[in-house]
Amino acid sequence: MNEQSRPLAIDIDQLSFAYQNQNVLEDINMKVPQGSFLGLVGPNGSGKSTLIKCLLGLLTPNQGTVKLFGVNVKKFDRWNDIGFVSQKANSFNSGFPATVFEVVSMGLYGKVGLFRFLNRKHKQKVREAIAQVGMEDFINENIGQLSGGQQQRVFIARALVSDPSLLILDEPTVGVDAKSVTNFYTMLKKLNDEKGITLILVTHDIGAMSEYVTDVACLNKCLHFHGNKHSFEENKEEMMTAMYGHEVNLLEHNHDHDHHHHHHDHDDVRRDET
Amino acid sequence: MELLQQLTFLERGVLAGLIIGFICPVVGAFLLVRRMTIISEGLSHITLSGIAAGVLMSQTTALLAFINPLYTGLIFSLVGSLLVEKLRQIYKHFQELAIPIILSSGIGLSALLISMSTSSYSEWYNYMFGSIVTVNLNDLLFIFMTGIIAMLLLAAFYKELLSISFDQEFAFTSGISVKKMNFLFSVLIALVISMSMKVVGILLVGAMVTLPVAASMQFAKSFRQVVFLGILFGEAAMIGGIFFSYFFNIATGGMIVVTGLLLLIIALLINKIKKIMNSYRLISSRKEIVK
Ligand SMILES: Nc1ncnc2c1ncn2[C@@H]1O[C@H](COP(=O)(O)OP(=O)(O)OP(=O)(O)O)[C@@H](O)[C@H]1O
Ligand SMILES: [Mg+2]
Repeated sequence: MNEQSRPLAIDIDQLSFAYQNQNVLEDINMKVPQGSFLGLVGPNGSGKSTLIKCLLGLLTPNQGTVKLFGVNVKKFDRWNDIGFVSQKANSFNSGFPATVFEVVSMGLYGKVGLFRFLNRKHKQKVREAIAQVGMEDFINENIGQLSGGQQQRVFIARALVSDPSLLILDEPTVGVDAKSVTNFYTMLKKLNDEKGITLILVTHDIGAMSEYVTDVACLNKCLHFHGNKHSFEENKEEMMTAMYGHEVNLLEHNHDHDHHHHHHDHDDVRRDET
Repeated sequence: MELLQQLTFLERGVLAGLIIGFICPVVGAFLLVRRMTIISEGLSHITLSGIAAGVLMSQTTALLAFINPLYTGLIFSLVGSLLVEKLRQIYKHFQELAIPIILSSGIGLSALLISMSTSSYSEWYNYMFGSIVTVNLNDLLFIFMTGIIAMLLLAAFYKELLSISFDQEFAFTSGISVKKMNFLFSVLIALVISMSMKVVGILLVGAMVTLPVAASMQFAKSFRQVVFLGILFGEAAMIGGIFFSYFFNIATGGMIVVTGLLLLIIALLINKIKKIMNSYRLISSRKEIVK
């Protein structure tokens, strides 16, 4: 399919963001056509979560604009079309008296309308979303009493329940066991293939991710790379060097690069060489 | 209206109590999950300043003699509630700071205004500890009005408030305006505090907001259960409290709180017994396996 002809789900134009005086994102330009499955990677502290928050209007960029489905995020109101799993989703108060059913229902609240409560159809949707992530046996359990990985699945269900056409997931599989991660990625790929849902997946699991995504973006303050998976594979080593400051064997030393992202001087030398 | 006029003072008090016993625990449930129950303390004292201001105005200015102090109380409570929200934003990482600031300002202002007024000690005593005997027709109307507004707001925004209390970021991305909801919630708290004033008393409002939900938390798994059981405990405390205070001629507010406290203790005990029974069952089933 021709990249240019597809309408854009996300259009980021010259975006810069700083917390207080610390520049975190610089001049990001990124267009994500509808129907893409984009893997967003980068070292810890590279600004991935910050970019996601700017995307969703949770943070206001110092410069630049963000458009969702062609509408400036400040004026965007079709929130039912957006599903979101935050990196900090499970940092809620663990004593919170809410059941799995109630938490997943929250994904529909924007749809239901004022003064209304969930009708039978809504409830059926909630049950389906819970089944989709394999949590149907826990539907009436208290959310705080589940394991971290189980909670994460519930938050994925909450994001899926409104049938979004854009799903943004910030490290959704942290704490989810290996088999379930594979199932989860397969499910995402299916959503992308069959329903044409646009997906953005932030992850450190570069090896596993690249089997499922269609596109990859590499972020470290600036957008170092954004293209389809094949050109990413071709430039992978070069990209990783630029991003993480040294060559990493992605499949075997997945955790290694986390320790090295401070070596900026090293990083610069390498970049000069190339 | 005519119906209300025919009520005896006891019936008026009970009616007011039932409204308060319903709404306090619902708002209390939201305060509980937002870890803000303490706000009721701060706001009740600011409301006292408002009442004192109202009393003072009606005493000193002939033109303002018609003022029912409950309304000035409500205004102060609203302003206080919005200030708390503002202070929480300013001291983002020390949000609990907002309450003592409002609380001490409220007490200070009240002390000032009360010392300037000519009201008797017993009138202030009624405001502080509540008394159903003093609920007049105007007060009942006030409680009715604020009660209806509070119930409408709660019915309209229950879902939104729950979602925000659980996860603000997610609530925002599902199209809920966090700012609007926080404002609305501030209004709700102010309404609840000022409407409870006459029956429960300023110093005891916090109890009606916290005790019923503290008890319901012992049994509830879902938020809905916290709300429903909370209402049940709230109404029980109200009815019990009014009944005892009337027959033994004791301060209403105090009796309501004591009844609520008893219910909480019973809830805690039941839960404890349940736990002991469960562990006993576990041990005996393990023994059977060993055999
Ligand atoms: N609330 C905040 N206030 C100030 N600085 C922040 C805040 N959140 C993040 N930062 C800073 O912004 C930078 C980017 O953080 P961000 O969370 O976007 O990184 P990330 O790429 O998501 O990292 P990770 O892989 O660890 O999730 C970091 O240097 C961090 O110190
Ligand atoms: Mg992050």
